Amino acid sequence: MSVILSSPVLAILGGVWGLLLLATLVVWRIAPTPDSELRQRVRSWWIIVALCSLALTFSRTAALVFFGLVSFLALKEYLTLVPTRQADRRVLFWAYLSIPLQYYWIGIEWYGMFIIFIPVYMFLLIPVALVLAGDTQGYLRAAGTLHWGLMSMVFSLSHLAFLLVLPQGQYPQVSGPGLVLFLLLLTELNDVAQFCWGKLFGKHKISPTVSPNKTVEGFVGGAMTTLLLSALLASWLTPFGLRDALLAGALIAVAGFFGDLSLSALKRDLGIKDSGRLLPGHGGILDRIDSLTYTAPLFFHFTRYLYF
Amino acid sequence: MWPIFLRFLFFLLLVKPFLLLAVGISVRGRQRLPHQGPALIVANHNSHLDALALAAILPLRLLPHTRPAASAEYFLQGRWRSWFARKVIGIIPVATKGGAAHAEVLHEVKEALLAGDLVIFFPEGTRGEPEALGQLKSGIVWLAETLPEVPIYPIRLRGLGKVLPKGAWLPVPFFCDAWVGERLRWEGDRQRFMTALVTRLTEPT
Repeated sequence: MSVILSSPVLAILGGVWGLLLLATLVVWRIAPTPDSELRQRVRSWWIIVALCSLALTFSRTAALVFFGLVSFLALKEYLTLVPTRQADRRVLFWAYLSIPLQYYWIGIEWYGMFIIFIPVYMFLLIPVALVLAGDTQGYLRAAGTLHWGLMSMVFSLSHLAFLLVLPQGQYPQVSGPGLVLFLLLLTELNDVAQFCWGKLFGKHKISPTVSPNKTVEGFVGGAMTTLLLSALLASWLTPFGLRDALLAGALIAVAGFFGDLSLSALKRDLGIKDSGRLLPGHGGILDRIDSLTYTAPLFFHFTRYLYF
Repeated sequence: MWPIFLRFLFFLLLVKPFLLLAVGISVRGRQRLPHQGPALIVANHNSHLDALALAAILPLRLLPHTRPAASAEYFLQGRWRSWFARKVIGIIPVATKGGAAHAEVLHEVKEALLAGDLVIFFPEGTRGEPEALGQLKSGIVWLAETLPEVPIYPIRLRGLGKVLPKGAWLPVPFFCDAWVGERLRWEGDRQRFMTALVTRLTEPT
């Protein structure tokens, strides 16, 4: 079954490309040196937007493979950062193998397996594999580290992909890619808006020990922007009425904020600034998808509970 | 000729996709990599993947002239391994055990450099402890002193010892780094040469 593309998806994607073009022109103005961080960041955005556009418009399989790759890169970056024991190499291999399986369950639309595979089966299997490796020194730490990584980078992110296969047809104008686009767009723009409002008006720090850049002004301004965008976009891409659009916007704003903070705390704990070097100007892939690991499952269940 | 063809196939279909996409090696200082031979590419050694990784980050056109110096005792064991290592990978076997003079042990390496090849050389002599630089052996000093006109490219590798450590057979993906350091040349002083080399192989530049 190929993706049912609705014209709103193409229209909104067109809008995103236009917005990015505008952002590029502005950045060229304010950052004249070609290798400045701002310019690198915009360049990385072009690649992200191009890949997402391709994945969402080509076919459902392409989209699943794409999100599976994102999970793979995220888990790999996470496992590169956190300390792992050499005795657990085989367990790490099993952890990687859970990615194609998890996305396969989505491909065959097996919701029951998708929702318990990692929280139940991988949760039980990993300690078994660790026990067989035989090293009890640091056992809890190894198990906890791996569970956290799998839950965030594979389980949470894969909810984004399950939006693609939610039962179609009940709402003629709503498509899987439309819901994914709505979630991606609002999550990322919420990040950008919170950053911009914070830079412009930020005074009162919310969490100075975890992320000194987060301010009340940035959060409120960003959340308002996200609510507004949600109200504007919902009728194009989602089955939501105005009330639910505002609720979804609020959910994404708050969840995105805490997703971001949660990864900042992890980086602080490990004593690093950027999670990697995959996306010049942003850092690693975790720096970009941190908010998504929170917004994807919460938005998914909000939508599924109320509409599907 | 066809082993060279196999080498291209091996790198294009297996080594490059695996190391550059599945594992992911981020190269810093790429502009300092050699464009032509002769060159002595020197790196810290933690994994069987090290030599393949160094060959994979060089421009593809240099592949026929890129030759890792590798332990004769290990790689010339068995007919098939020996054929694959010598013909397809193009290793230069070095008898690391036995205590013969440098001129004898490193004869083939010297000849390859004189012929304009790019030789991958691990001055620790062995893979050693994971992710730690062991004591450098004196072979590298002898090579630098004997062939002072050959430029030396120090490259610090990180992560491959986690991907495939000594004694493991199952590679597990982690992001890896390769720092290409400032080029070195022999300037006549043993101590200064060794210090400069160790600095480049331990500190990111």
